[in-house]
Amino acid sequence: MAKEAAVPSTGQSSSQNQAKADLAHIGNLAVKCPKCREMLLGRDWEKNLKVCPRCSYHFKLDAFERIELITDPDSFTEIDKGIISVDPLNFSSRSQVYATKLEEERKSVNLNEAVVSGHATIEGMALALAIMDFRFIGGSMGSATGEKITRAIELGIEKHIPVLIASASGGARMQEGLYSLMQMAKTSAALAKLGEAGLPFFSLLTDPTTGGVTASFAMLGDVTLAEPGALVCFAGPRVIEGFMHVKLPEGAVTSEFVLQHGMIDAVVHRRDLRQTLTRLLRFYSKADTSSLEPVEANASHIQATSSS
Amino acid sequence: MAYDLDFEKPLAELEKKIIGLQRKGDRLKPEEHIQLQEAERDLRHRTEEIYSKLTSWQTVQVARHKDRPYAIDYIELMCEDFFELHGDRAFGDDRAIVAGIAELDGCTVMLVCHQKGRDAKENRLRNLGMPHPEGYRKAGRVMQQAEKFHFPVICLIDTPAAFPGLEDEERGQAEAIANNLYLMSRLRVPIVAVVTGEGGSGGALGISVADRILMLEYSVYSVAPPEAAATILWRDTAFAPQAAEAMRISARELKAIDLVDELIPEPLGGAHHNYQQAADNLKVGVLRQLADLKKLPINELLEQRYQKFRNIGKFGYVPVLQEQEIEI
Repeated sequence: MAKEAAVPSTGQSSSQNQAKADLAHIGNLAVKCPKCREMLLGRDWEKNLKVCPRCSYHFKLDAFERIELITDPDSFTEIDKGIISVDPLNFSSRSQVYATKLEEERKSVNLNEAVVSGHATIEGMALALAIMDFRFIGGSMGSATGEKITRAIELGIEKHIPVLIASASGGARMQEGLYSLMQMAKTSAALAKLGEAGLPFFSLLTDPTTGGVTASFAMLGDVTLAEPGALVCFAGPRVIEGFMHVKLPEGAVTSEFVLQHGMIDAVVHRRDLRQTLTRLLRFYSKADTSSLEPVEANASHIQATSSS
Repeated sequence: MAYDLDFEKPLAELEKKIIGLQRKGDRLKPEEHIQLQEAERDLRHRTEEIYSKLTSWQTVQVARHKDRPYAIDYIELMCEDFFELHGDRAFGDDRAIVAGIAELDGCTVMLVCHQKGRDAKENRLRNLGMPHPEGYRKAGRVMQQAEKFHFPVICLIDTPAAFPGLEDEERGQAEAIANNLYLMSRLRVPIVAVVTGEGGSGGALGISVADRILMLEYSVYSVAPPEAAATILWRDTAFAPQAAEAMRISARELKAIDLVDELIPEPLGGAHHNYQQAADNLKVGVLRQLADLKKLPINELLEQRYQKFRNIGKFGYVPVLQEQEIEI
């Protein structure tokens, strides 16, 4: 369904080769699994939710594919679609002109930003969501990305509904300098407010979840899930190997690795994702608040609070 | 202290001349005495001139200067008393973060600081000032304690980055930092953060979600260390100077775009030329900010802190045609 022919040339290049591999299919007729090299029929592959039937490799989904996968049909309403990145630093250095790159990305990916946000229902239960899209400058987080995610969280607070964020990101966006870094604080602060309002936050880590995104909202889930085999890390394999002069063992810094080390709650196969989210939404909608009434409150106060 | 950075060569020559003349002591001829005075005046003027227009990359070099005062130096020069608190109570004690209770101008405050090492041996102990997850968790632990006892929190920031090792991934570097962002955004005491040297990436942000962010005049704060940014953008650390310029990471540039609240002036030629004066300036800045913050009722303080970070970011709008662009 997605127009994936043109791979954006990006500055956040760490996972770009991977992205190219993911997209190495010929007009959707046939797809080659980058992990087990199996040739897959395009139609079967899409029917299998873009998961390799042989080795379970989870190909990347774009934001709209992911929304279609997990939400009730036609229930998604997009918000803040018109928010776009600007070039606050006039970033222009050595072949990298940020303003031009933004133009190109918007055209080639047909997205305004690296995240799509809004509200929807899952089995009739409402939630606010922000779904990242790796195609747009490697899913990197700039001001507009952070703003849209923060607004999705605030929508959750305003409408008193849970929030889901699906991460897919190479980390902070270098071209916006410190503005990008501060989006980590901004989104985390919004999540702290959500938490104070007693609303749950579900974090879904997809391939890849790295850098400043991991070190902020992605790791703050009340429940944190990950798709199998996703790269999940702070520093990234290239940085770790370069810095430590070691070769990382097979399977390091993946979903399974962070599960084993106690950083997330579950690794969930894509076919089970919708059902898992349904169960979680159900659990967390049944909070018993009856014991929260102030003990010393008088009768009229109890009435006032319980009717509100 | 010597002028030893690349761009300080003219200063180093003047300094050499001055030292040469000073060595003569009493044997100084009257005309040499005048030469000495002129050279000293010249050095001061040239230093002022060069330092008034440092580039971002030059500022990085000053911020990383091997003699630059570190947290423990500032603590000794600023505080009447200090008792260090160790350990995260879960895994270990990270010496790249120094935390503890201090007496500052008669009041108890909680200090949370990065600490670099001065020599190879100390740098092993301090891990080059690059914290592990247990460092951020120690920081989180003592900040919660500060909340309990109503101690203001003061953070001194000076780290290249959080440490990027495999063990750090295993112990949850990302989670440890994220948790501090969450915690600090709602911590019910005033928080003042001061970047004293390098503010490197998430490693710096992990202890600097504060009501006020101050920077020493020749410090830097960036989304990633210039070398890492150059690697991400151009796959080559050799372009670190270009990355530093393009990302505008010097204190002055960041103040110009209002991402920091206040610049703290440094002694002529940088903080390493006069520790005491640097510490005095730092103390004055911190105390003034704390005095302001203490006037606010706590809920207002928290709301202002929220809005401070909430409003950071520049973005635009484009008109959206309903239903038209959603062909995917």
